[in-house]
This record gives sequence, structure tokens and C-alpha cells, in this order.
Amino acid sequence: MYSQLVDTGAKGKPSREGMSPEEAAFQDRIDQDITVEPRDWMPEQYRKTLIRQISQHAHSEIVGMLPEGNWISRAPSLRRKLILLAKVQDEAGHGLYLYSAAETLGVDRQELLDALHSGKAKYSSIFNYPTLTWADIGAIGWLVDGAAIMNQIPLCRCSYGPYARAMVRICKEESFHQRQGYEIMLELCRGTEEQKRMAQDALNRWWWPSLMMFGPPDGESVHTQQSMAWKIKRHTNDELRQRFIDQTVPQAHYLGLTLPDPELRYDEESGHWQIGEIDWSEFWRVIQGDGPCNRERLGARVRAYEEGAWVREAARVHAEKQAARRAA
Amino acid sequence: MSRDWPLWEVFIRSKHGLSHKHVGSIHATDAEMAINNARDVYTRRNEGASIWVVRAADIVSSAPGDKEILFDPSEDKIYRHPTFYEVPDEVENL
Ligand SMILES: [Fe+2]
Ligand SMILES: [Fe+2]
Repeated sequence: MYSQLVDTGAKGKPSREGMSPEEAAFQDRIDQDITVEPRDWMPEQYRKTLIRQISQHAHSEIVGMLPEGNWISRAPSLRRKLILLAKVQDEAGHGLYLYSAAETLGVDRQELLDALHSGKAKYSSIFNYPTLTWADIGAIGWLVDGAAIMNQIPLCRCSYGPYARAMVRICKEESFHQRQGYEIMLELCRGTEEQKRMAQDALNRWWWPSLMMFGPPDGESVHTQQSMAWKIKRHTNDELRQRFIDQTVPQAHYLGLTLPDPELRYDEESGHWQIGEIDWSEFWRVIQGDGPCNRERLGARVRAYEEGAWVREAARVHAEKQAARRAA
Repeated sequence: MSRDWPLWEVFIRSKHGLSHKHVGSIHATDAEMAINNARDVYTRRNEGASIWVVRAADIVSSAPGDKEILFDPSEDKIYRHPTFYEVPDEVENL
């Protein structure tokens, strides 16, 4: 998802054996759905896992502004431009809520940013794909924000209070993101043949990467069990992916578009849409830094940060001067 | 590692007559910037009618370890709750 690979430090299935009394008491509270708050005792691995997950999530919101920011100046109307500006600004806000939640765990935002800029920290694979046409902005809102919502709603009940509360705020803001995207697609699909082709092309390129957002299949996800025992995660990757597929396929059909999967079929028995094989080698390539836009995204991020250095410095010096003047 | 600006906790009072509520934190060099940043980050949809910002370093809070000393004594004082008292069904408006 926005945090697709979160190392929990777990070697196998979580078990109560070998837990210290504190760890057992902690797990009891989790099992009773008692929220964990910043100053409560927590196992070191729980803290580290959350820092990884929340910071990956924050980085994804921030890097996620880049592919869409690419189209702000070229939006086809003033209405669309206002909407896109507001959406991208929301994503900046989401990043900041999440850095703020991560900081309650005893890390500094600066450390997290440094890790992002040095390439050490991960962010969602989805933002390493290019936005080639205006239809991509529609597809991103509809599919990428749609997949994000699917993952973020259960996070509103996550065991860590500050993360859960940030997610509540984020989820309230997300639904406009998805709807504006679908509206763009709808408009294109009701337009000229060329516009419809553009919409189909965007769907073709964004469909599979969107499905990869939910992370590796359950069989390969060693950390899911531990995250679920801690109630950081509430559903497995495959469960959420399936829900997303079932929700999205009829929406695509309504648009009159075809999903780029010849094996896609509706299974009467289970009531689910079944997809063909996901190309996991592509997922691993992108997550490990070799996607179509990894270098460009990180480069843009670092450049923006460096070009803002003089502003941050000036603000700091100004505040110091003002404080000195008041003290004098 | 360069140093970040100081951390401020943000409290927002909504329009509906409720008191200020903690919403999260932001970084800012001074109080004025803290208010501006809090506005941009936490009130993009009419959430607020008033903002408080407090330097995180200035907040004093109770320790989780003191939970029992502080809060347990009130637990057995059930006579502080209206349900403790017996009132016959026939008696109204009480
Ligand atoms: Fe977001
Ligand atoms: Fe979004």
C-alpha cells in the first residue's frame, strides 16, 4: 500500500511463548482493543515497526504530489486546475499529519526526511510511474486514491492512537480525491473517440500498478502476521486487493472501458472478480529503485528541499533576531 | 543532519461551541509562523474558528506510570454518579 513493505522484525508467527511480562501485558491490552498512546510502554519492535510504516506512508503522500503536480499548470480548465491544486495540497497535509504522528514515537521529522532524501527510506511503488496525459490524472484519482482509501479505512482503527487519529482526518479528505478522478474519466469517456482512447490508455497503464499497491501476496508477506497481532494491520494484502478489484471492475464497465486483463472473469460461486497473474517481478524492480521514474522523483524531491534551504535558514535567523530584540 | 524548526502542538476550536481540541503538531520558527502553518495544515475545510499553538517543549503531562495514583481513587466513589441513588419509579422529574 502506501507502506508496502514494513519490516516488523518478526522471524515467524507471533506467539505468546517467550514474551516478557511487560510484552504479555501489552499484548493483552491490544487484544482488548485498548489504544496505545505515545507515552505508554510498548515493545521496541512495535515502536520501530510503526515508525517504518508511518514514515513510509508520509513519504508516499509527499512524493505522491509530484506525478500530479506535473499537470497543475496544464489542467484543461480553471475548474480542473482549482480541484487539482486542492487535491495536491491535501496530499501535502496528509504527509504532515503523518510525520506529526511518527514524531510522537520519538523520532525527529528531520531524520525521516534525511532517510527519504538519501534513498534509504521507501515510499509507495505507484508514484514511480509517469503521468503522460491528462487522463492519467483521472486514473490516479480513481484508482490510486481508491486503493489508498481501501487500505486507510481499516487503519482508522489501528492500535496506535496518533496514527489512527491521523487516518480519520485523512479518510475524510480522501473521498473527494477519488470522486474527482472518476469524474475526469467519465467526462473523457463521454467525449470524442480520441478522448475515450486516452482514458482507456490511462487505465491500461495504471491498472496493474494500482493492484501492486496492496503489497506482495499473503504467502510472501512474512510481516503481515505480526502486524495483525499488534492490530496495526487489520486485513491481509490479498483481502484488501480483492475488495478493491470487486469495487473497481463494475466502475470501469460503467465507463465503457476494458480492463487490461484477458483472464479477468466473474466467479459466480465466490461472487468475486478473478484476475490473471500479477507481474511481481515488476513490483520488486520498482520498489527496489528501478521503476520508470524512481530517479526523477527522488531527484525532484531533493532539489525542492535543497532549493528551499535558504528560506528555512532565513526564517530561523529572523526568529532568533526577533527573540533577541524582545529579550533586550 | 540539519536541525528542524521547533515543534508546536496545535489545538483547534470548531464553530460548534466546543472547547479547543488537540489535532496534531507542526514545525515553525516562531509563534506567528506556527499559527500560519497550523491554519494551512489543519483547517483547510472550515474546521476551525480559533487556533491555539503551544511549544511542545512547554507542555507538562502526567506520567503513564502515575495512572493508578491519579485516577484509581475516583473509581470507588460511585456515590458521585446519579445512578447510585434509588428513586421510586412513581417519582418523576428527578
Ligand atoms: Fe493522501
Ligand atoms: Fe489522496
